[in-house]
Amino acid sequence: MSTPTATSEGAPGILLFPRPMDGPDALGRYGSFGGRFVPETLMESLNRLGEAYAEARLDPEFQAKLSGYLKDYVGRPSPLFHAERLTKLAGGADLFLKREDLNHTGAHKINNAIGQVMLARRMGKTRVIAETGAGQHGVATATACALFGIECTVYMGEEDIRRQKLNVFNMRTLGATVVSVKTGSRTLRDATNEAMRDWMGSSATTHYTIGSVVGPHPFPQIVREFQSVIGKESRAQCLERIGRLPEAVVACVGGGSNAAGMFSGFLEDQGVELVGAEAGGRGPKAGDHAASLSQGRPGVLHGSFSYVLQDDDGQTQDVHSISAGLDYPGVGPEHSYWKEIGRVRYEAITDAEALDAYNATARNEGILPALESSHALAQAFKEARRLGPGKVVAVCLSGRGDKDAYEIARLRGEPI
Amino acid sequence: MNRIDALFYRLRAEKRRALMPFVTAGDPDLPTTAMLINELVARGAHMVEVGIPYSDPIADGPVIAASYHRALERGVKVGHIFQTFRTLRAEGSGRFNETPMVAMVSYAIIHRIGIDRYLNDAATAGLDGLIVPDLPVEESRSLMERASVRQLKLIQLITPTTPKERAVEIARSTTGFIYYVSVAGITGERQGLPSDLVDTVGWLRTQTDLPICIGFGISGPDQIRQLAPVADGLIIGSAIVRRLAEAVNRPRADVVHEIGQFIGEMAKVLETASAGA
Repeated sequence: MSTPTATSEGAPGILLFPRPMDGPDALGRYGSFGGRFVPETLMESLNRLGEAYAEARLDPEFQAKLSGYLKDYVGRPSPLFHAERLTKLAGGADLFLKREDLNHTGAHKINNAIGQVMLARRMGKTRVIAETGAGQHGVATATACALFGIECTVYMGEEDIRRQKLNVFNMRTLGATVVSVKTGSRTLRDATNEAMRDWMGSSATTHYTIGSVVGPHPFPQIVREFQSVIGKESRAQCLERIGRLPEAVVACVGGGSNAAGMFSGFLEDQGVELVGAEAGGRGPKAGDHAASLSQGRPGVLHGSFSYVLQDDDGQTQDVHSISAGLDYPGVGPEHSYWKEIGRVRYEAITDAEALDAYNATARNEGILPALESSHALAQAFKEARRLGPGKVVAVCLSGRGDKDAYEIARLRGEPI
Repeated sequence: MNRIDALFYRLRAEKRRALMPFVTAGDPDLPTTAMLINELVARGAHMVEVGIPYSDPIADGPVIAASYHRALERGVKVGHIFQTFRTLRAEGSGRFNETPMVAMVSYAIIHRIGIDRYLNDAATAGLDGLIVPDLPVEESRSLMERASVRQLKLIQLITPTTPKERAVEIARSTTGFIYYVSVAGITGERQGLPSDLVDTVGWLRTQTDLPICIGFGISGPDQIRQLAPVADGLIIGSAIVRRLAEAVNRPRADVVHEIGQFIGEMAKVLETASAGA
């Protein structure tokens, strides 16, 4: 892929052209991570996608159109909110919440979905497929497809369909076909397998809108760049609101798209600590968590070389998280690179800690965060206590929690 | 000489084609796999392709994916599979000892076990080559070099979506034979075959001296007759694995016998079609 020479000037508030040093090499590697570990059948499609994206990211007309949709349809920029009661509760640094939950469709996923569906149309594709875990990426993709009038199929694990009914209903209302995946653990990992199998036979007419910074090159780069608007806005908002950068920036990491977008705005600010919160589940035993970076090893999964939860034979391990969006045994390759070079610290947050953060944020700020985002909030409380008063922690509140109401009610044993 | 080279040297001289069945290692269990491999060879298979079960096989359709999951649920490990091959080779008769065995294996497994250890174990177990369906040519150099010093072939895939220049590049870095994937898609039985398949394989033959074997979607006599004129070998996978799935509820010896009959019939069709080519 060619290196960009343009800058983002002219697309106010949105970083769409990260500096060349931010991108992967020609083989799609971030250090030793990334690359393409896919069947030969997909290689031509990935090459064509890489070329189309390289053109689109330098095309002012494409970028202006995307910026327009992000502003008028998604509702960007999303606010940066000073959570004063949570700050008091945590007892330390001031907490600022980047309100991606206020985006249209209720999460950061729409930033990427709009960009990729526009890219699909630019490439002349007539159909879009996607995988989804919590259903947020599925809803975002179904929404973008409805907006642009393009056929949409979403693959979703049977277990996730059970715990995210509302999103399934909404995807169907938006005109998407939702395919229930009944293989393996019936979660995000299996939905990803099925989407890739579909694409093996359909790539001539179909674009695969992958929902996180995972998969073969160029997907991790494309998704990170469409999500980089989060970090760009947050950095500018911090400077405007508090006159300086925060001491720490926290985001949750499943595949890692909201974190990649958030962190990308602060990567070169050496004084800003970047912290990723992974799903610690019920504890550190294999099968009880989905903390790929904290507990896994480098390996191959879903087309890319990155940290993964595998057994000694290279078989992907079953994972668990209370949050469907973090219930994934792999992670984006750039996160593995950031871990390796020490730029980002990754910590595991348990189901119980995430639920506490969910409740605390509801009671103290009147905000129902997604269970995924609740992991980031729980980690942010720890960072705030560690840093102490007078410091600032910015948290990516990646999505809203409406979708989780049924699952939380079930766990509490309350009828809904 | 590697058994794969020897096989195609001999078959080409006799103007014959190779019948190459695929079986999942460990479905329903490894003793049945061993019994089945012996049966296939006795019934006329020229080479056996053995699928090493993997949890997330994205190139495979529902039949082979389900077979892999059954094997893994029963606790099959790569070490057990290699042990089975070692025993098969040690106990094999004359004909079996000339029959190449190749493993279809995800790079996720090779990487985790370690390239050198995996290749050493594969060579010691009497395997003759590897097909790594998720390792495109760009990522394959290291594995290729280390396989070749152990006399193991690295069979690469060319597909209908592969541009011509790229197909030539893949052919140059392939050893043993070229695995031509008949359709753009996943493994599984199909009724017809793409109309341009024969022409594409004919073109590929002008670009390489390597044997070209065709797989994906081949399950019956019509396809065998259609492809025998252009291919050096034909791979039958899902049509066997689907029959193997019945072994859960039936006596294993019966299922193995029936698969043997099926392969015996396909071997006859292929012999006749090759003789007419």
